[in-house]
Amino acid sequence: MKSAVIVFPGSNCDRDAQTALRDVTGGEVVMQWHGDADMPDVDAIVVPGGFSYGDYLRCGAIAGNSPVMREVVKRAEMGVPVLGICNGFQVLTEVGLLPGVLMRNADLKFVCRDVFLRVETTTSPFTTQYTPGQVIKVPVAHHDGNYVTDADTLKLLQDQDRVAFRYVDATGARTPGANPNGAMDDIAGVLNEKRNVLGMMPHPERLIDQVLGGTDGRAMFESVLAAVA
Amino acid sequence: MKAKIHITLKNGVLDPQGKAVQTALAGLGFTGVNDVRQGKFIELELTETDRAKAEAQVDDMCKKLLANTVIENYAIEIVEG
Repeated sequence: MKSAVIVFPGSNCDRDAQTALRDVTGGEVVMQWHGDADMPDVDAIVVPGGFSYGDYLRCGAIAGNSPVMREVVKRAEMGVPVLGICNGFQVLTEVGLLPGVLMRNADLKFVCRDVFLRVETTTSPFTTQYTPGQVIKVPVAHHDGNYVTDADTLKLLQDQDRVAFRYVDATGARTPGANPNGAMDDIAGVLNEKRNVLGMMPHPERLIDQVLGGTDGRAMFESVLAAVA
Repeated sequence: MKAKIHITLKNGVLDPQGKAVQTALAGLGFTGVNDVRQGKFIELELTETDRAKAEAQVDDMCKKLLANTVIENYAIEIVEG
């Protein structure tokens, strides 16, 4: 499996994503510069976390208009799995691949800690290697992770089983304290209608090695590997 | 000519920064502020000399980049000179 990680000025989780992909899939990982729309054929694309373009204007707004993102949109429409993590999630909403928007955290604070997520669907190229309802521990680190969308879109996401992850406590229960940013419906990750684009605020690429505190993120990359094999 | 653009959050969209400013104002003793909504002001210097064309261009800019119309409204004012 060959994959690509998009690199913007200000990306800071691109190397983590590269390591995770290389470690889990064993295949080549292309680091694709944002100004270069000439991307080789790849089986999967990760839009990584960070602060692309310093979050100027709005998080992800400038990155969304970069040459490479126009290519990423094309590949996504062709069915290539695209995973947007943290700032990558913000970029994917800005380009319209995913609905909604990530607003400033409800308590206005940058949040950096481990959270628990419940796997809400295993019907996607990113989640088949999890079990339905599985509770996983993954870190978040963001200032703007407060997922907001209109009521009609929220209902659509629920009805079409497109909420991939929700914030829960360690037992898997949805409690007010478990949601780190005020996201609507405790949404931590959403899928597009074709289910080949996932955006999520937490960082699965940071938990692929026991040395770093756990391996709950590995199954996501194993899922992608299984999906494209 | 110049374009002045006001970008504001749509009604019903929670504005945590506006709320924080409101709380801070109350803390300073400024009572009687019912609500605070925070937005952006952007000023553009344009080479276009035709008012209608300038307005159409800026409208396109707002839709494609300057505003996120999922949560934001924008208002454009074209100023001569």
